[in-house]
Amino acid sequence: MITRAHDVIIVGGGLAGLRAAVGLCEKYDVALLSKVHPVRSHSIAAQGGINAALGNNPDSADDSWEKHAFDTIKGSDYLADQDAVEIMCREAPEIVYEMEHWGCPFSRFSNGSIAQRPFGGAGYPRTCYSTDLTGHVLLNTLFEKAVSLGVKIYPEWHVTALAIDRNTCHGVAAFDLMNGELVSLTAKATLFATGGYGRVYFYSTNALINTGSGIGMAYKAGVPLKDMEFVQFHPTGLIGTNILMTEACRGEGGYLINAKGERFMEKYAPRAMELAPRDIVSRSIQTEINEGRCFEHPLGNYIRLDLMHLGEKKIREKLPGIRKICIDFIGIDPIREPIPIMPCQHYSMGGIDTDATTSTDVQGFFAAGECACVSVHGGNRLGGNSLLETIVFGKIAAGSIDKYLSAAALAPEKDICLKAARAVEMKIKKLLAGGQEKTFQLHGELAKTMSAYVGIFREHNDIKKAIEEIKMLKERYRNVGISSPSMHMNYELMNAIELEYMFDVAHSIAHGALLREESRGAHSRTDFPKRDDEKWLKHSIAGIAKDGVPEISYRNVAITRYKPMERTY
Amino acid sequence: MIRASAYTFKILRFDRKKPEDKARFQTYRVKVIPGLTILAVLNRIRDEIDGTLSFRSSCRSAVCGSCAMVINGRIDLACRTQIASFGKETIILEPLPNMEIIKDLVVDMTPFWTMYEKVKPWLIRSSPDPEKEIQQSEKDRAHIDQFVNCILCACCYGACPVISRDPDYLGPAALAKLERFVLDSRDERSRGFMDEVNNEHGVWGCDTVLRCIEACPKDVRPTDAIIDLRKRLFVDKAKKLFGIHR
Repeated sequence: MITRAHDVIIVGGGLAGLRAAVGLCEKYDVALLSKVHPVRSHSIAAQGGINAALGNNPDSADDSWEKHAFDTIKGSDYLADQDAVEIMCREAPEIVYEMEHWGCPFSRFSNGSIAQRPFGGAGYPRTCYSTDLTGHVLLNTLFEKAVSLGVKIYPEWHVTALAIDRNTCHGVAAFDLMNGELVSLTAKATLFATGGYGRVYFYSTNALINTGSGIGMAYKAGVPLKDMEFVQFHPTGLIGTNILMTEACRGEGGYLINAKGERFMEKYAPRAMELAPRDIVSRSIQTEINEGRCFEHPLGNYIRLDLMHLGEKKIREKLPGIRKICIDFIGIDPIREPIPIMPCQHYSMGGIDTDATTSTDVQGFFAAGECACVSVHGGNRLGGNSLLETIVFGKIAAGSIDKYLSAAALAPEKDICLKAARAVEMKIKKLLAGGQEKTFQLHGELAKTMSAYVGIFREHNDIKKAIEEIKMLKERYRNVGISSPSMHMNYELMNAIELEYMFDVAHSIAHGALLREESRGAHSRTDFPKRDDEKWLKHSIAGIAKDGVPEISYRNVAITRYKPMERTY
Repeated sequence: MIRASAYTFKILRFDRKKPEDKARFQTYRVKVIPGLTILAVLNRIRDEIDGTLSFRSSCRSAVCGSCAMVINGRIDLACRTQIASFGKETIILEPLPNMEIIKDLVVDMTPFWTMYEKVKPWLIRSSPDPEKEIQQSEKDRAHIDQFVNCILCACCYGACPVISRDPDYLGPAALAKLERFVLDSRDERSRGFMDEVNNEHGVWGCDTVLRCIEACPKDVRPTDAIIDLRKRLFVDKAKKLFGIHR
């Protein structure tokens, strides 16, 4: 087997991974592995913006990082760790200026400063943006920076296992897709920046690559996960394709309209209206749909996102990407027609359990970005905070890894990585030997189960059903087979390997959702409709037991200066 | 009710590791609803009919640039092309031209990225960074808009007739990227930098037949970039001739 060694391995070429690589590459031998070319990473799809209290908008002159922190904590339904939120919000202006200095083409106000727009759950217009392509410009800027610094990138290298032994990480096993070879890589420090798990759900705005296999890989290797039951559903996914229609549509003044022609948000969030946080808007839309005040369509019942009153000029200038997607994918021009939307899975608040330094329980193993749970988003993330989290904590990861390598780092052991790679080799042999079950079928059943039973509204018996189904699917997975024996560019094989990790991710979500008998943020239990701070103001930490069932323990939420209050908008 | 129709997909198959098996078209018959995209059908073919088929994909919403290919003779992203848009029951899929096929619809994009890196595609500054943002007017920001929109999908690179005869030509995407920085009011790269593209493999290589503009799924116009870069070189030369210094 081919072996390689680096000081640092970074898995994932999105914003968090690239930012960490940029921070480390001048001092260490860094390798960035990404299962797609870095510019294809899902960060590219972020549309609306990145939050920072710059005070550039005339309406936000007295904005401050403390107010940003308050909005984030209130938005999280008080589950976020307040010390971590403070770090993120304090760092935010510096991060945005740094990205601008590196070339990021933000949209501008007439005075030449970075433009900022209103976003959901925010007391001030503090979302910095570049039309509706903010993820695209940030990812390109960081990739450009990485290229300028000569970061060593392994594009289309698919990490398939994590090598952890006696609580220390030694590296990874990765599949070089172009050559069809399994490679064992050692490193003194490994950072996962592998993104979210959207494809565990049937209706998701996420890219096809967002399987959550990185989260599952860490979990299987013994790294605990945190707050997995908190899954964000975005209010406005385009019907049929579930493509994201940015929150900026509402930030720029768009309305949500039901079949009776009402701006129904009036009933649910009379002050914030369409700009209430996502958990609240998604529940409101789902309620309208469930109670029949929706439009009917063979692809699913929907609500209208109406931009027409914004006028042609504003739509062309501020939301050109949205307009193009609508025209390309459903033949609707939002200048002339409302956009048919429904809520869809969008973001993973939970993830690999880290502290605010991106460290985990395992020595030499770090995680940042959507795959990690610090937690800065708690029960519900505010729009514009995910791009911010990726870059802030990518930068922090670089600092933490530097500190770790300068002090305590152990020499990684090659044999442990080889063992992990050999285990993957055995798995591939078994898949090739071929059972009758097909990956796409099991994946489809898993995703439909999760959308049906662990979705926006949840209830004990439904979640139980989901868990039983997941266990059955895990059994059936033993008989999965693949048809393609040639190893290079074999996506059928990669999908089959990833599916195993997806079951564990789904299981941890459902199990956490079953145990948490309250409603907080995006976790809404119809049988326990109230938030219960006495019992549940705590994080759930999931470890994996021998039989594959999650073992849940709890940890207190860090509270600094913002006392939990009732959450109204 | 939406009714499914029968379609015939003819897909070019080739494996770089088995060059003795010549490239050939393989036929797949599928019954799908016409509202589906080429990418959705490709996924179904790989899942349900033939697991050995290779193609790239990710965002399925025309922003990541993974799935560029030739669809019934036209270069486009598979994810944004609807099967019904051709008004035919037969759809022919081929990999992007001008790059070596690795397997089926997956091409080796290494030369594309090499050319991209050659133009130094990052903001170059000589002034120290201000404490806050570098000021830029709305008008200056609007100047670079179309070039910022490039998703590096290589549709233009595949469509360019110059690359097919001169593999050392920088190509439309790299030159459009260079223009994105040259046009950026914040960029301070030295004028001498243009010398590196002042040749037949650079801005003078373009045939200006606009194939790149036609192929771009994001309405970027690389030929405009190339013509503007040529103008800049002319102006510089004229200034030198008449002894005018900036």
